[in-house]
Amino acid sequence: MQKFTTVSSVAAPLPESSIDTDVIFPARFLLLPDKKGLGAQLFHERRHKTGDGPAFVLDRPPYDGAQILVAGAAFGTGSSREQAVWALADFGIRCVIAESFGEIFFANCFKNGILPIVLTGPDHAAVLAEAEAARPIEVDLERCEIGMADGAVIGFEVDAHRRRSLLNGLDEIGMILTDDAAEIAAFEERQRQLRPWLHLGPDKLAHFADLGEEIS
Amino acid sequence: MGMERTMTGQTLYDKIWDNHRVKDYDDGSSLLYIDRHLVQEVSSPQAFDGLRERGLPLRRPDAHVAVADHAVPTRLRSQHLPGGLAGDQISRLVRNAREFGVPYIPMNDRRHGIVHVIGPELGFTLPGATLVCGDSHTCTHGAFGALAFGIGASECETIFATQTLRQRKQKRMRVTLHGRLGTGVAVKDIILALIAEIGTGGGFGHAIEFAGPAIAELSMEARMTLCNMSIEAGSRVGMVAPDETTITYLKGRPLAPEGDLWMRASAEWQDLRTDPDAVFDREVDLDVSALAPHVSWGTTPEETLPVTATIPDPALEQDAGKRFRMARSLAYMGLEPGTRLADVQIDRVFIGSCTNGRIEDLRNAAAIVKDRRIAGGVVGIVVPGSASVRLQAEAEGLDKVFRAAGFEWRDSGCSMCVAMNDDRLAAGERCASTSNRNFEGRQGQGGRTHLMSPVMAAAAAIAGRLTDVRNLAS
Repeated sequence: MQKFTTVSSVAAPLPESSIDTDVIFPARFLLLPDKKGLGAQLFHERRHKTGDGPAFVLDRPPYDGAQILVAGAAFGTGSSREQAVWALADFGIRCVIAESFGEIFFANCFKNGILPIVLTGPDHAAVLAEAEAARPIEVDLERCEIGMADGAVIGFEVDAHRRRSLLNGLDEIGMILTDDAAEIAAFEERQRQLRPWLHLGPDKLAHFADLGEEIS
Repeated sequence: MGMERTMTGQTLYDKIWDNHRVKDYDDGSSLLYIDRHLVQEVSSPQAFDGLRERGLPLRRPDAHVAVADHAVPTRLRSQHLPGGLAGDQISRLVRNAREFGVPYIPMNDRRHGIVHVIGPELGFTLPGATLVCGDSHTCTHGAFGALAFGIGASECETIFATQTLRQRKQKRMRVTLHGRLGTGVAVKDIILALIAEIGTGGGFGHAIEFAGPAIAELSMEARMTLCNMSIEAGSRVGMVAPDETTITYLKGRPLAPEGDLWMRASAEWQDLRTDPDAVFDREVDLDVSALAPHVSWGTTPEETLPVTATIPDPALEQDAGKRFRMARSLAYMGLEPGTRLADVQIDRVFIGSCTNGRIEDLRNAAAIVKDRRIAGGVVGIVVPGSASVRLQAEAEGLDKVFRAAGFEWRDSGCSMCVAMNDDRLAAGERCASTSNRNFEGRQGQGGRTHLMSPVMAAAAAIAGRLTDVRNLAS
């Protein structure tokens, strides 16, 4: 996973609440097979709308090169699709700042080198003002601080384990298999004794013996 | 941790959590063991790829069942797979399941269906178990007193490789339901009313337990509808404690335990409930007897009102952010403030989905459309949540009732809830839908969704507009 230490960039302002993952990445593109290249579909409907009105923020300089996005409340609610995060990452977004997040989206960010930051009240308003003025900000995960152009600093909180994982680009599966394999095996053995019905034996799996081939 | 917690009672969520804690880390998170994983075509390909790249085996093939539900066509599918990307995605799941030894249920099999419909049907979903799926509506399975939640594709890979997830415990929230639903009012109206009240972020950080006297009377199908939309209230987890209704539903299901194991398991499930002295971080009470049928008017599930209401006016909203959001929703939905909801004309009706595609939903909707006709110009489809639901409905003659009314009768799948197959709205079309999300573009680019119960969708089909089902003479 890509490490996250500091990111300096203008922040793209998207001051709306309840931007769901269908808006971030419309469902029909979930058929695309790869993680790479999904940035082209990011906010697809907003970026490819017909008619008048200003271009979507991520299509307008300098925000078309933004690595930080500032949104309102409940960003990334709805579907669990990790494609929403892959699309943000592919576009070049490394950090999303919002008043609150959909929980599955929030967890998915950390698996892909993106830092989601919760800010509320005056702190959120201050960062949004910097974004709207197109003044670059610096997100420093080491110090858990956001630095503004005028020298002001806003602190933020992040889960210690997730912070360490992002800072070091750690691989969660590798860590679990290295550190916790014995405990997992012991748990499984204990559970087989206590609640054997949670392990499907050959007698139960026989229910699937007559599954046919998928049509082609 | 633990000292205070052991002094007071535990919630249902606490108990299942404790039973699945492999270890606690020093930062307060835990490694949680996952008993069951439902695998579908959208969230699994990258996870299988990851496993392959690492050269790792799938740790416990017996803990997974694979089925394609999102991208499958719901008609003309007896001959061949759809072409293009959808067919490729389904074929990829078939190959991955075979390579890693996971049972794969083909789309014309009698066991096919939406993951959240077939898990319970198979008895794969059990009380006291932890169950995940790369799909946010996995909270549906909480209706059985399972700890079930949606995950992303990376976490699917973690499950494949380790059968565990590193998780932080959520706060506990109880929604207590009092009273009895009126005629024409459904459990869908309870959850829509709750979301309208607490908001789409109301459940953030919390695991919800639904409790109270109104729960005892609900069927498993109704409890699944309730838990299914917990995610629309912001919570990944929605649960109901198991009771006689749960145990009766599960007895004899193909993957449920039998004989002595059944006796042991069902005895444990009888006791699996929140202790009387347990403390919740948040309590919400709702009297369901006063509820009217609800419909959504905007593009987030919290933008929902009783069908007797009028479209709200953003100009009267004090909060600038909400005002902006409302105006945007109304512009997308093509609606004007002050319009009576019951005057809104519709083009399409969708009855189905993991929210409302079960047998009871189809029975209730069929009772409304029986001996009636869909209004001119309205196209309606009924998509059973599973082949089992479809066969049961056909045995009861419900398919004939729907067809006689002018509905199309389809094969099982997610269909027009997520519009990844050919079932979708055209831009500007307005749909009365029993699904779970009214997001922009959810049912097709530019499509407009109004969420409601199966009887309300059936009534809308007959009237050609949103209408109060209670006004339809029976």
